[in-house]
Amino acid sequence: MLIGKPPDILSSEITPQAEYLKYLNRRRFLRNAAAAGAVALGADRLAEIFDPGAAAADETKLQTVYSPLTTTGEQLTSFYDITHYNNFYEFGVNKSDPAKNAGGLPTRPWTVKVEGKVKKPLTFDIDALLKLRPLENRVYRHRCVEAWSMVIPWVGYSFSEFVKQCDPLPSARYVQFLSYYNRHVDKWAGETDIYWPYSEGLRMDEAMNPLTLLTFGLYGQTLPNQDGAPVRIVVPWKYGFKSAKSIVTVRFLEKQPHTTWNDQAPTEYGFYANVNPNVDHPRWSQKTERRIGLPFYKQIRTTLMFNGYSDQVAYLYKGMDLRKNF
Amino acid sequence: MKRSTLIFLKTLTWLACLAPAAWLTWGAVTNNLGPDPTATIAFATGLATLRLLAITLAITPLRRLSPRLGWLIKFRRLLGLFAFFYASLHMFTYVGLYAGFNITAMASDVTRRRFITMGVAAYLLLLPLALTSTNWAIRKLGGKRWNRLHKLIYLAAICGVIHYWWQVKPGVLTPITMTVVFAVLFAARPVLAWKQRRKMRPVPV
Repeated sequence: MLIGKPPDILSSEITPQAEYLKYLNRRRFLRNAAAAGAVALGADRLAEIFDPGAAAADETKLQTVYSPLTTTGEQLTSFYDITHYNNFYEFGVNKSDPAKNAGGLPTRPWTVKVEGKVKKPLTFDIDALLKLRPLENRVYRHRCVEAWSMVIPWVGYSFSEFVKQCDPLPSARYVQFLSYYNRHVDKWAGETDIYWPYSEGLRMDEAMNPLTLLTFGLYGQTLPNQDGAPVRIVVPWKYGFKSAKSIVTVRFLEKQPHTTWNDQAPTEYGFYANVNPNVDHPRWSQKTERRIGLPFYKQIRTTLMFNGYSDQVAYLYKGMDLRKNF
Repeated sequence: MKRSTLIFLKTLTWLACLAPAAWLTWGAVTNNLGPDPTATIAFATGLATLRLLAITLAITPLRRLSPRLGWLIKFRRLLGLFAFFYASLHMFTYVGLYAGFNITAMASDVTRRRFITMGVAAYLLLLPLALTSTNWAIRKLGGKRWNRLHKLIYLAAICGVIHYWWQVKPGVLTPITMTVVFAVLFAARPVLAWKQRRKMRPVPV
């Protein structure tokens, strides 16, 4: 790579132009820069003139507002890495597979069914969901159970806003999320023995915490398929696998739902799966993590309790033994 | 085989064996090892080790197939040592990049995490084989004892494959290819030996 990593900038200091620059993944940017042979031109102008993809990007652009719940002081992971290093086993088990294989995911028309302990079952169209609340820019740290991490500027609104529209009954104590699954994805099913569709869940109070984000985009544009288009959940204080992608069903339940990785290996992946440096995964330590996109000698860093969101979420687990409820 | 052919083939083998290391070095220098360079290095060196172990173990059955393939033996030590070379890089990736040279972290990993225990076991099994790979060591040990010692490669390969299975998430089946390759190589030995015995048995009159 000719051009190095972008410099450290606080997300609070990001100017609109820098923001736009990041929409371009670094490869595309490189190609543009090379084609122009004159980097002196404004980067945004470059994109206009030389990158047909930029015009298409306008369609996927989302109107967003600032959020006080955004994480500051972190260097964002590049758009390229966020979209080319994915765990989305419905589209292959290698990190680079989903970017190649998720093209077949039909994101329109798309509906989200709401069922279970609700006043009456509902179906939301994705375009209605996009207009339900103003879409916020929320930078979150993202910590995978595999001990790597990213910093991602998500776009969405608190899941609690959505729950308000669903009229759950008082008996609803858990929420279950089911991901899309059909013939477009079962080509890759042979690579695992997972029972599909992907299922995840939260306790109701966790789901209602304002940090729990119903997510429609990243870097100011609609979610790329491999990142869970068109709508996913993001729970930043939990390991990444809790944040179900491409959601088609939201179920309110009285009892704790079954969850995919917990089914697969209950001793390795708990229902709670809170980021916790003091509770190791049976196969590796969770004390440290590798930040994605940095050179190999700079990757390692200390993992924070609740991924650094203790102030907002620690109250949810008061009096609980987090070693047992890992 | 002509001496010049041998030198040519050995050069080719060296280049092929060094390719993964060269690719990693180039990637590290240009910062092009993908989003998670540490994991890329760990996976590439681990895979190179298993592949080279498999190729090393393929020499004997291949030679049994035809007497014209006898010259292959001249490449076995080179391949085995390259397997050890990549195993060492793999080990160093763990010690430096994953454990950050933290002795307590490593001690708890080795005792408590079975995939790391198994990986370390595989490496420790390869170590005496690398150390006794010189002509001097073969002479000193005597062919028979040397041969018996070097049977450890089977155990090392088994440990390596188990290490691979235990490293991936439960339900992920990617190590299956490597497992089948080793299974075939292991099974080839008794099968070929049996065929040879049958051939050599005198025809009853």
